[in-house]
Amino acid sequence: MATYNTSEFKGGLKVMLDGDPCTIIENEFVKPGKGQAFNRVKLRNLKTGRVIERTFKSNESLDGADVVDTDMQYLYNDGEFWHFMVPDTFEQFAADAAAVGDNAKWLKEQDICVMTLYNGVPLAVVPPNHVILAVTETDPGVRGDTSGGGGKPATLETGAVVRVPLFINIGDLLKVDTRSGEYVSRAKE
Amino acid sequence: MMHGTHAWQPSASLDTLRMRAQLLARVRQFFAQRAVLEVETPILSAAATPAPHLDSFAVAYRGPHAPLAGRLYLHTSPEYPMKRLLAAGSGNIYQLCRVFRDGEAGARHNPEFTLLEWYRVGFGLAQLIEEVEHLLRSVLAGVRELPMAVHYRYRDLFLQYAGVDGLTAGASELRACLNRHGHRPPAGMTDADDVDTWRDLVLTHIIEPQLVGLVFVTDYPASQAALARIVATTPPVAARFECYLDGVELANGFHELSDVAEQRRRFEQENATRAVAGRPVMPLDERLLAALANGLPECSGVALGFDRLMVCATDAKRIEEVLAFGIERA
Repeated sequence: MATYNTSEFKGGLKVMLDGDPCTIIENEFVKPGKGQAFNRVKLRNLKTGRVIERTFKSNESLDGADVVDTDMQYLYNDGEFWHFMVPDTFEQFAADAAAVGDNAKWLKEQDICVMTLYNGVPLAVVPPNHVILAVTETDPGVRGDTSGGGGKPATLETGAVVRVPLFINIGDLLKVDTRSGEYVSRAKE
Repeated sequence: MMHGTHAWQPSASLDTLRMRAQLLARVRQFFAQRAVLEVETPILSAAATPAPHLDSFAVAYRGPHAPLAGRLYLHTSPEYPMKRLLAAGSGNIYQLCRVFRDGEAGARHNPEFTLLEWYRVGFGLAQLIEEVEHLLRSVLAGVRELPMAVHYRYRDLFLQYAGVDGLTAGASELRACLNRHGHRPPAGMTDADDVDTWRDLVLTHIIEPQLVGLVFVTDYPASQAALARIVATTPPVAARFECYLDGVELANGFHELSDVAEQRRRFEQENATRAVAGRPVMPLDERLLAALANGLPECSGVALGFDRLMVCATDAKRIEEVLAFGIERA
C-alpha cells in the first residue's frame, strides 16, 4: 500500500492511524514564520465513526488504507448478515451488524447503497439519501388534515420509526431522508 | 490540482483585487510621506537562507555569470540584498516584492506571496513597532477598525494564554501543557526534540487561536533570534518582535544583528542543523557577510505579509481569496 506525506493529505484520503482505517476530513497547514511547520489533521475512524484530531510534523507520512467505496444493491437479510451485490459483476458481499449499524433500519431490498470495503471486507454501509418505505403501523389517519401540524409516530416496513403528519395511513408509501431520519413526503411507487 | 471548468477564473473577487491595488498604493504613499526609499533587489540569488525551517526553490540557470552548480535560488525574503544596500549607505529603504517558500501552502500560506519589508536606520525595536502600528492604521483606514495594540513579552504571552513559561519551560513541561489543553503532540516527538519545536506547538495550537485584535510580542527566546541581536538578560532574549492581528501572524521584526562573526557563526550552525536533519546545506551569502564586515548601520527592520494583511482587511477565510490566483490555480 502507498504511503502519503502530509502535503498529500486531503479530504477523502483513506489512511491507517493506530491500526484503524480512517478518512481524512480536513488538513490544515500551520507554521510560525521562523518555526517548525505542522499539519493539524481531522480524521474519521471508519470503524467507530469517531472524529479524531491529530498533529503531524510536516513531511511525516501515514500508510494508505485499502478502503474503497462501491455501489452495491441490497439483496436480503438472513437473520445474521445483510447481503449485497455489485450490479455489474454479481459479486456478493455479506455485511455484519457492526458494518451495517443503525443504517439497518433504512435498508430496503434492491436499493443501491454505498458499501465501504476495507481489505475487501464490508466496513460500513450508507443507504441512499432518500428511501421509499411503506407504513406498517400508525394511528388511523385524520381525514382532511393536511396541515402537517403535530404529527404522530409511524413504523415503516424496515422497522424504522419516523414522525409523520396526522393524515398518513397504514399502507401509505413515504419518502424519508435517511440522513436526518425525517419524513419528506408521501410517494407513489 | 484543480481541473474544473472554473479553475481558469481568479480565486479572489474583482472587488478584492481592487482593494488590493488600493492598499498597495496606500503602503507606497505611507513610505513616500516618510521619505523611505522604495528599492527592488534580485529575486534570483546564488546564495540562499540556511534558516532550518525555510525551504528555497532552486532554479537552473545556464547563462553568463552562472554559479558553478548552475543553480540559483528564489529569495524567501529580500533581507540580504537590502542589508547590502544599507551597508552601502542607502539610508531608510522599503520593498514590496513576491517571495517564495517551498512546501508552504494552506489557509494562511501560499508558496509565493507578497512581502513588505522595510529598514529604519537608527530605529530601535520600540520605534519600529510603533511605525508598524501606524502603517496598519493608515493602510486599513476606513477598511477596518483597529483596537488599541496589546504588548506582551514572549514569556508573558505563554504564561497568560498557556500557563507555562515560554522561556524556561523544557520539553516535558511544554508537553504537559499541550496535554492539559487537549492537544496530542505528533507521535514521533520526544523530549529530545528541539525545545523550540515544542514552543511552536504551544504557540500554534494553544496561543494563536486565542489572540484577538492587534498584538505585539517581543523578547523571543535567544534560540529563535534568527538575524536579530541577542540581549544579555537572564535568560538572554532576542531583540525580535512579531505582530499578530486576530491571531494571524502579520509581521516579524529584528533589531538587526551587525556583528559579522556572530552572523557567520549562526549561518554555520543553521547549516549544521540542516545537515543533521538530512536537508540540503545552503550556500552562504558571502556578499552579505562582506557587507556586514564593511559595517551595517545601526538599524531595525521588519517584514510584513501583505496577503495576510489583505486577509484581515477582507475577513477572508483562506489566503487564495485575496490572491488573483492561489497555488491551486497557478
